Amino acid sequence: MKPPPFQYHDPRTIAEAVGLLGTLENAKLLAGGQSLMPMLNMRFVLPDHVIDLNRVEGLSYIKETGGVLEIGAMTRQYEVEFSEIVRTRCPLLHQAILQVGHRQTRNRGTVGGSLCHLDPAAELVSVAAALDATIVVTNASGRREIKFADFPVAYMTPAIEQNEILTAVRFPLWKAGHGAAFVEFARRHGDFAIVSAAALLERDGGGIIARASITIGGIGSAPVRVKELEEAIVGKTASAELFRTACESCRKLDAIEDIHAPASYRQHLAAVLSRRALEQASGIAPQSATSVH
Amino acid sequence: MSSKRTIAVTVNGTRYERKDVEVRLTLADFLRHELGLTGTHLGCEHGVCGACTILLDGKSARSCLLLAVQADGHKILTIEGIAPSADKMHPLQEAFRDNHGLQCGFCTPGMLTTLIEFLRDNPDPTEQEVRIAISGNLCRCTGYQGIVAAALDAAKRMRAAP
Repeated sequence: MKPPPFQYHDPRTIAEAVGLLGTLENAKLLAGGQSLMPMLNMRFVLPDHVIDLNRVEGLSYIKETGGVLEIGAMTRQYEVEFSEIVRTRCPLLHQAILQVGHRQTRNRGTVGGSLCHLDPAAELVSVAAALDATIVVTNASGRREIKFADFPVAYMTPAIEQNEILTAVRFPLWKAGHGAAFVEFARRHGDFAIVSAAALLERDGGGIIARASITIGGIGSAPVRVKELEEAIVGKTASAELFRTACESCRKLDAIEDIHAPASYRQHLAAVLSRRALEQASGIAPQSATSVH
Repeated sequence: MSSKRTIAVTVNGTRYERKDVEVRLTLADFLRHELGLTGTHLGCEHGVCGACTILLDGKSARSCLLLAVQADGHKILTIEGIAPSADKMHPLQEAFRDNHGLQCGFCTPGMLTTLIEFLRDNPDPTEQEVRIAISGNLCRCTGYQGIVAAALDAAKRMRAAP
């Protein structure tokens, strides 16, 4: 349970980090270390070089510009947790971050690290899918943007090239006053969800649902946007009955199976949790502050 | 580039200059083996059990998931440094003793360091908030009841005598 031998690099600038990444063979980027360090300790990964991003300047910030929330890759999860902009302007992210690990891991864990690790049940990954986030990566020739829909290419595999570093994520914000809820089922608080549901709702002056986004995490190799469910509720008035009926479509989603739960159980959770998320996002049910456990 | 680095850290108020460490050495092993501070316990060594929790610049972190080189220039507080003096315990320690907040004691250093940060941020927590705060710390003896009671009792003592 000790990391294997490696060479350690701690660049101070993004350019320096990109340069190292482009020239060193078998290098791994170390962000908050809440996933890579366990993998090193257990020797699941054996890098020749570890490039530590913790001393790189300019990668830790939360800012809102023109209706878009941009978060630097090395922003710690606890900074998101305590951010007033996030709480007021991006309530889905605020709710989700409280369910990411524990205070001890959020103090170190980063936004960019979680997105790159791309665990199918990770809360931040689901939020990125729900909000149609844009991923910003930096390479030797400049910056490149990736739509989140194109970001996961396979199980835990992001569409980032070997010589690129994720430097920021942009979340387009929904209208002020929109409804949002992030609910998940986990065996213990702070665990990765077995299944999670993220819901966003915008209603017009007459109470009709004008816009909806529903994302199920933990069910496939990456979070799934349930377009059929989104289309089924847009144009209608929010009600428990509408959500109960419409969320049944989640039982048809392709689902993974593992030691924690069979596919049929995940499909059941998807239907139940999407309904609960929509009920909370629309104000039919009170917001639950923590995960279901 | 060598696989060793020289670091300087402040642990429990004591400055350690020019410590040569292998770059792959975890902070937990540095504290235990290089500084002899064995109060920081190692349970799982992959960030799940919480026993190795320390405070890095006042923020709780798992020392098995940090490299010693990453602590260069930083301040660390371990369980050895929480009591105000050699003959006086921290209110959390007193409350753990009085409420049967420990049995074997293996998880206790991580529980206390976690709760120091938690009670600093939230001096008057509910029982549910305490349970969430220690959800990243595994205890196999107590069933957590005594630990939760101790945390609530400590919060009360610290509010009475801040």
